[in-house]
Amino acid sequence: MEQIHFNQLKETLNHKTLPNGLKVYILEKKDFNKTYATFTTHYGSVDNHFVPLGKQEKVKVPDGIAHFLEHKLFEKEHGDVFQDFSKQGASANAFTTFNRTAYLFSTTGDVEKNLTTLIDFVQAPYFTEKTVEKEKGIIGQEIRMYDDNPDWRVYFGLIANMYKNHPVAIDIAGTVESIAKITKDDLYECYNTFYHPSNMLLFIVGPVDAEKIMDLVEKNQAGKDYKDQPPIDRFFEEEPAEPANRKEVLHMPVQTPKCYMGYKEKRPQRSGKDLLVRELSINLLLEMMLGKSTKNYEKLYEEGLIDPSFSFDYTEEMGFGFSMIGGDTTDPDTFAQRISEMVNEFKQQSLNEEDLERARKKKIGSFLRALNSPEFIANQFTRYEFNEMNLFDVIPTFEELTVKQLQDALNDHFQDSQLTVCQVKKKQS
Amino acid sequence: MTLVDHHVADLPGMTLHTIETTKYKTTSLILQIKSPITEEEVTKRALLPYVLQSGTERYPSSKELRAALDSLYGATLGVDLSKKGEYQIITLRMDVANEKFLSDNTPLLDRAFALLSQVLLKPAKQGEAFLPRIVQKEKRSLKQQIESIYDDKMRYANKRLIEEMFEEEPYRFNVYGSKQEVDPITPETLYDYYQKVIKEDEIHLYAVGDVSKDALQELAKKHFEFPQDRTEPKRTSPSGKQRVDEVKEIFEEQEVQQGKLHMGYRTYITYSDPEYLALQVFNGVFGGFSHSKLFMNVREKESLAYYAASRFESHKGIIFVMSGIETNNYEKTVKIINEQLEEVRNGNITDGELEQTKAMIRNQILETVDDSTGLVEVLYHEVVSRHKRTIEEWLEGIQNVTKEQVRDVSQKIQLDTIYFLKGRGE
Repeated sequence: MEQIHFNQLKETLNHKTLPNGLKVYILEKKDFNKTYATFTTHYGSVDNHFVPLGKQEKVKVPDGIAHFLEHKLFEKEHGDVFQDFSKQGASANAFTTFNRTAYLFSTTGDVEKNLTTLIDFVQAPYFTEKTVEKEKGIIGQEIRMYDDNPDWRVYFGLIANMYKNHPVAIDIAGTVESIAKITKDDLYECYNTFYHPSNMLLFIVGPVDAEKIMDLVEKNQAGKDYKDQPPIDRFFEEEPAEPANRKEVLHMPVQTPKCYMGYKEKRPQRSGKDLLVRELSINLLLEMMLGKSTKNYEKLYEEGLIDPSFSFDYTEEMGFGFSMIGGDTTDPDTFAQRISEMVNEFKQQSLNEEDLERARKKKIGSFLRALNSPEFIANQFTRYEFNEMNLFDVIPTFEELTVKQLQDALNDHFQDSQLTVCQVKKKQS
Repeated sequence: MTLVDHHVADLPGMTLHTIETTKYKTTSLILQIKSPITEEEVTKRALLPYVLQSGTERYPSSKELRAALDSLYGATLGVDLSKKGEYQIITLRMDVANEKFLSDNTPLLDRAFALLSQVLLKPAKQGEAFLPRIVQKEKRSLKQQIESIYDDKMRYANKRLIEEMFEEEPYRFNVYGSKQEVDPITPETLYDYYQKVIKEDEIHLYAVGDVSKDALQELAKKHFEFPQDRTEPKRTSPSGKQRVDEVKEIFEEQEVQQGKLHMGYRTYITYSDPEYLALQVFNGVFGGFSHSKLFMNVREKESLAYYAASRFESHKGIIFVMSGIETNNYEKTVKIINEQLEEVRNGNITDGELEQTKAMIRNQILETVDDSTGLVEVLYHEVVSRHKRTIEEWLEGIQNVTKEQVRDVSQKIQLDTIYFLKGRGE
């Protein structure tokens, strides 16, 4: 077992890659009551076009299938695994993102038993036509719930604006129509392709003994018969650099309109250190442009264009990336215009050293705060690892970012040609 | 070893709670300011924390104050409003990095205490009024926040249920106040109200982090100085119906894809009552978890919904049930929910259900105290209810709840109001 020490943070991460390819990470947090574990496959809603394991031809699967599979994996011949966890004093859950599906539990009781349950249930699919049909009603209501949520709609509406071909534009849960087509055979095909241990990561954080836990996981995996699997062939059509659609207006029963805008990344192909530098740079620049301590934020607030719901973020993964700025606003058109003016004005000036240092400190402090949460550590570590980055490099990378790197990112990312807007306006009835 | 190292000290003007722990990389300072919720003051009180966090004497604009926070390694300052029983509580929260984890050794905690104290006690003002510029901005923003409740249909349905169910009780008021009450507020009237808050409200400061209790006490004494002439805080007296004669059914229509069903029950049991723990177990058996009767029947058995759950309010003694369903499944769903309560009333609780529920509640309590916000929330129950219950007592009490006690509690519970927000034209 390898031990990685992060001295400044006073943390030690234990790691091992098992013979079947499964990556296991354990972080001891002796003061906590709770242990939190996530078992994650590098497979999400964007992986809808691939060559299934053991086949030659690529297939395209129905929208929403990764999320559907996540729901169905909990059901077994003996019943629902949720119940097994709660009998063992743990609460279980799962979530599907664009490129990950994570299964998790938290417990203050028997960690070893619950961890075994987690690993075993994810590694033993049981899909039948009957249970697949039953789930369609439940997921149908989940989709309707999100359809009524204006924040969700405007966020995903903006992403849909950006992408012409990339499946990130498709709703993670699919649509009522697309999930109607899903069969148990589709689920098995996706499962067999994407749930091999070599495509997965297990993260455990809590008051545990790392050696004991590692031993348990190793024995568990050694008892299962996994054949080596070749790398997965995933297909993505070529994506134009510019946004597919410049502007979209959704009409919903709301009192306060919403406006989200974003810049589509032209070459979202980074990974590892490059990606880390990129993400942190753009997030730092957004803070300097529009953070609460800036002149711009003050102006927008005074002009009545923003309220406390205002936020911004930059994210990038293999094949897609974008910055996003938005919130509730009484005047969504002026909002979009003012922000884009402010971004352009910021680009004209040289970076102010004092503002940069302040934003850097703020970001470092926020990251330390995030590390208070075991959930954040496990989920983000996994996301970073799948993109060949290390979560614990964030602080040193923030400390090392140079003005030159920031200036380059600023000029490269924030271009008018990449800008797109999505708004929710009041439905006139 | 106790689960929480909690010490309480009475300082002039406020009560200090210190919790020493090595769990976190930051130190949290959480001010809880409590007063009964009233029609005349609810909106002013909602506006006040937003004005306070917008400027101090020393940093008279939000921009300057935020810059000062950013320089303290991104110390965060946040405000929150909540309703616990018939109290409206203002929370001011500051969170600052512990110097131990930084390569820089500035005394951050001392400055954070100073800043938080200035936000509360030395606001930006001119004469006997807040700055008009700040008040005006925050009035607009508050109105927008009130409006946005309508946009989130789950929150909206919950708000409407409460308005209908507590028509004649102060609990009906929303913590953000009402939109038409925002305009009449002036920088002067708000400042008057602020002075009253500082003199009369019950104020508690919680400090959580890897810092000794003596050091925290020193800092609190050094930085928080209240006016001398403070008065005894006001308390609410319990109000509310003692029985339900007829269930109210309210329907409303909007262009939504999914109907939002919200039901409100009176339990007549609050945090300080001996049956409180049995009520908590009842809620777990009924709808608190994914093994509960509501989830198992409404979702798993009938596929009617994605969520079907219940939660309870500890100080008003209320249980809320919520579920998102197709509009035409209304009657069927309500029937199933009623049947589940009837099951518990008839004592139809399996050993498995009871044990699973207890294990989950135990887990939930222990997990909650791992998080500083959750921990303060738990400890603050004692302040609101004036009833002491340590975490250990709580855990043990849950373990001792019997099936009969759960059944007895369920027999006291009465459905009061059903609110249904339905889709149009179906």
